[in-house]
Amino acid sequence: MPTLPKSYTRTWPPSSPERRAAVLVLLTLFLCAAAALSLRCGSQDYTLAQLAEALWGGGSGTVRRILLHVRIPRTLAAALAGGALALSGALIQAVLNNTMASPNVIGVNAGAGFAALLAATFFPGAGRMPMASFLGAFLTALFIYLLAVRAVLSRTTLILAGLAVSSILTAGSNTITLLAPDSLAGASNFMMGGFSGVTLAAVGRSGWYLAAGAALALFLSVELNVLQLGEESAASLGLHVGRVRFFAILAAALLAGAAVSFSGLLGFVGLLVPHMARRLVGSDNRWLLPAAALLGGSFVLLCDVLARVLFAPFELPVGIVMSLLGGPFFLYLLLRRKGGRVYA
Amino acid sequence: MLELRGIAAGYGGTPVLREVSFTVPKGSLTALIGPNGCGKTTLLRAAARQLPLLAGEILLDGRPVSSYGRTEFARKAAFMPQVRSVPAITAGALVAHGRFPHLGFSRRLRPEDRAAVQAAMEATGVADWANRDLRALSGGERQRVYLAMALAQDTDLILLDEPTTYLDPGRQFELLDLIASLPGRGKTVVMVLHDLSHALRYSTQLLLLEQGRLVQRGTPEELYAGGQLDRVFGIRSRRAPDGSYYFLPPFA
Repeated sequence: MPTLPKSYTRTWPPSSPERRAAVLVLLTLFLCAAAALSLRCGSQDYTLAQLAEALWGGGSGTVRRILLHVRIPRTLAAALAGGALALSGALIQAVLNNTMASPNVIGVNAGAGFAALLAATFFPGAGRMPMASFLGAFLTALFIYLLAVRAVLSRTTLILAGLAVSSILTAGSNTITLLAPDSLAGASNFMMGGFSGVTLAAVGRSGWYLAAGAALALFLSVELNVLQLGEESAASLGLHVGRVRFFAILAAALLAGAAVSFSGLLGFVGLLVPHMARRLVGSDNRWLLPAAALLGGSFVLLCDVLARVLFAPFELPVGIVMSLLGGPFFLYLLLRRKGGRVYA
Repeated sequence: MLELRGIAAGYGGTPVLREVSFTVPKGSLTALIGPNGCGKTTLLRAAARQLPLLAGEILLDGRPVSSYGRTEFARKAAFMPQVRSVPAITAGALVAHGRFPHLGFSRRLRPEDRAAVQAAMEATGVADWANRDLRALSGGERQRVYLAMALAQDTDLILLDEPTTYLDPGRQFELLDLIASLPGRGKTVVMVLHDLSHALRYSTQLLLLEQGRLVQRGTPEELYAGGQLDRVFGIRSRRAPDGSYYFLPPFA
């Protein structure tokens, strides 16, 4: 065997289960730290001791109210939305076998947003939001997937088709917010995406969707690994390719739809975080999917904290912070990988 | 082992193959040869159940392949397509995918699965690369890893589409020697080979296709003597004193 340069024989991403498990533990700790930071920081900073005291009924009533009605819902919403969108992105990338795809890029988020606004206008009632945005996400994802299969689109064409679908749906959403500005309180916040004014009830309503989507995703991880080998190889290993893709799209739509229903249209996390996670644990979906979810939650939490504190008392939309931080980092990831075709 | 009866297959309802019938005996090494576009890959894909038949039937161990369940068929026949993706996983993880049709509902590798993976990697000489990233392997190394995955699948029949593409001549011989050793392990191999001299050198049975029809079938000697080779490929085939085959352009 010819001798190889040292960089080739290195086994990173880590191949041993122990090391990958260690990465997951670190990511979990990181998420906890980000959540603690999100609980502490805001227009008024509190120490963890103050927060704990308030939670057990002591301290001032103000701290308790802020903690229960502002900080906890917001922290929970940011962590769940980030995790769900990143997981959804990893699933969509696996199904389309295309690392350029994400729920935002191919219009799944836009579909969820359009359906949610449509429902808010014609069938008012907050309880219908998760169902509407899930259906919007699912129909859009299914449409893009069928387009890819039936029209045999190349990877690049598929992304362009997704962008077209996305801009059509966004135009629809904009039309609704202009014609019926009162249909959804804070519609412009919804279009930008963010967690100000999020309530525990809104997060709770989408809880089942998140749980079902995440469970389905983890259940499919080995099947998605086999799918990575390409459609023909996967089918010759006995995989029911169509069924796996259908359920993975269903899971991606459950997650993206649920996240959009309480956080609005957050872009980028679904594209960026799976790439970061892939660098950390490799593309074995048994590790990649949980890593993406943990990292997505942490990333959105940190961005949300920055959005709150950078120009306090003014608050930036979290989407802006995500793009400002994530954009350059994504470019860095792409450029570092110049030689490899991993991200092509 | 494998029997094709008057099959027609193709894409979008247009048959590429017509009236193809032959049998592949157990333990044989069968090569599908023919000029570009003659339907070799289509035939292999039809046998691998990747393509629905337009007519005729294919029997595996006496049963129509369409009657097998997905997993059941994957335990009988392994298929290595021409276009193979290179995911960012280790060589060991790729070979382990070969066990997928044998896994239970939990999708976990049992000790016997790990043993099968190890045995397949040792048989193909790739055991040392188990923890290497697939993308860091050379084309020839990767091809051996893919073959190890097909072996780990533990099937009687192995279908290979152009296993030697992109390999330099030395690696081609290495891989073909490895493939030629498979019948000794109780495997039956059917492969599409582009290189005529390789096909004549290594296979026990050759199937010559022309425009979707089977024009000749036989051992390398029979094919060489049959005279159809020269006409179908537009060449003059010759045999060197050492028994190896070589080819000349058609003009005298």
